[in-house]
Amino acid sequence: MSLESKTNWQPTASVEVLKARARMLQNIRAFFAEQQVLEVETPVLSTSSITDPHLQSFQTRYLNKDYYLQTSPEFFMKRLLASGSGDIYQICKVFRDDEQGKNHNPEFTMLEWYRIGLDHHQLMDEVEQLFQKLIDQLNIKLICQPVKRVSYQQVFIDVLGIDPLEADAKALKQITLKYNIEIPVGMDELNKDMWLDWLMTQAIAPAFDKNSFTFLYDYPASQAALAKLNVLDPRTSHRFEVFFGELELANGFNELTDAVEQRERFESENKKRQELGMEQVSIDGHLLAALEQGMPECSGVAIGLDRLLMVLLGVDRIENVLSFGVGSV
Amino acid sequence: MASYSTNEFKGGLKLLLDGDPVSIVENELVKPGKGQAFNRVKLRNLKTGRMIEKTFKSNESVEAADVVDVDMEFSYSDGEFWYFMDPNTFEQIGAGEAAMAEAAKWLKGQELCTVTLWDGAPLTVTPPNFVELTVTETDPGLKGDTAQGGTKPATLESGAVVKVPLFVEIGEVLKVDTRSGEYVSRVKD
Repeated sequence: MSLESKTNWQPTASVEVLKARARMLQNIRAFFAEQQVLEVETPVLSTSSITDPHLQSFQTRYLNKDYYLQTSPEFFMKRLLASGSGDIYQICKVFRDDEQGKNHNPEFTMLEWYRIGLDHHQLMDEVEQLFQKLIDQLNIKLICQPVKRVSYQQVFIDVLGIDPLEADAKALKQITLKYNIEIPVGMDELNKDMWLDWLMTQAIAPAFDKNSFTFLYDYPASQAALAKLNVLDPRTSHRFEVFFGELELANGFNELTDAVEQRERFESENKKRQELGMEQVSIDGHLLAALEQGMPECSGVAIGLDRLLMVLLGVDRIENVLSFGVGSV
Repeated sequence: MASYSTNEFKGGLKLLLDGDPVSIVENELVKPGKGQAFNRVKLRNLKTGRMIEKTFKSNESVEAADVVDVDMEFSYSDGEFWYFMDPNTFEQIGAGEAAMAEAAKWLKGQELCTVTLWDGAPLTVTPPNFVELTVTETDPGLKGDTAQGGTKPATLESGAVVKVPLFVEIGEVLKVDTRSGEYVSRVKD
């Protein structure tokens, strides 16, 4: 036997799973064709990237210039929206450094779409319709309880009895201790958002219905990312996420369209990076110019399709829905 | 002091945790798409063998433990220490009772063992998976009973007591699995 034949060359997903994946992609494209949403493709390489300190971009070089591999197609798609594209969607590979595990692969497939004139609640309706269609068309026995929609504030009150908008870092630590939740090594005890993220993964998401989709909306303003702030309650933002059980599937925004505020958020995130001793990321001047010129009011959402397929097929590990997981490349 | 960042975590990596050497068994990323990442890690305490679970904020650095496995030959015991020799360097090292634990009862001399060294001192000793030892004490054998049936205790020359089939007699050499402590077969000369 030669040395090569002993290496693990086999795919990490079965042919049945690959067939289901192909059907899912066909069904998604049919769904958007019916809604008259235009399919687009945008570059993977960009001279700028996302400043979010929690996302790490891969970098490469071309003609002595640094390029980032996209963590999401968001900025290019927004430039299309500002140029008058109308409703658009994209299915593409995105790349995130340092993300590998049962539910993470450093490159994965994202479905992202934008709907002009819809607010985030209307877009959540559409996400629900798409999921229902995919479940019906794949002809699978996924029994979904009714989909639940709950605000970030309400779910913390329901599960932990604490108001996440009012509580400070100290109070969140008290709750963590009260519920006997482990405190991670290296926890930044003064960082409120770190406590919220920790409690989200340890207490809130595990309390979601195991057999159903949960839509969580109106995240705290400090976690707005690229969402508009809520004018009625500026402590919150028009950001939502979708879970199946405790698995995070999607993130959506009623999109921030204000160029000045967008620049401030980029700069403050880069400042945070500096404080954390991380490399600064080039701010996307193209996006800011597009926003300045005017992007239509819209909502957008990004869905991790590999995870969605895991849910649809009842698969536990992400590599088993990928033709080749990162361990086999 | 050497250390590892959480993004270098993988199975088998040796760390120092609360003063004890531990080995990573499993490492799982806990990360909201737009939030702080954490690493949930399953670890084995190499001193006690106990499994522990610990979560680290991602990018935390954890001190490395200087733990290495060396194949060494068991020489002799003076009752307090068990002496091992590195067959390549002829270097000798003595392991105390805590490091020997269960391993001591399987050794009579010249077995190649895995000695796990922490900062150069023996932490644990793993005997060969199979050892061959002579029976020094057991009840008289039942002739002809070579099929199934009951078992009886037998004391081996190294001091270990194992359950053996009824037909086994004093003076016979047995093959024993040290991981389970179970009799495997008689060794015919």
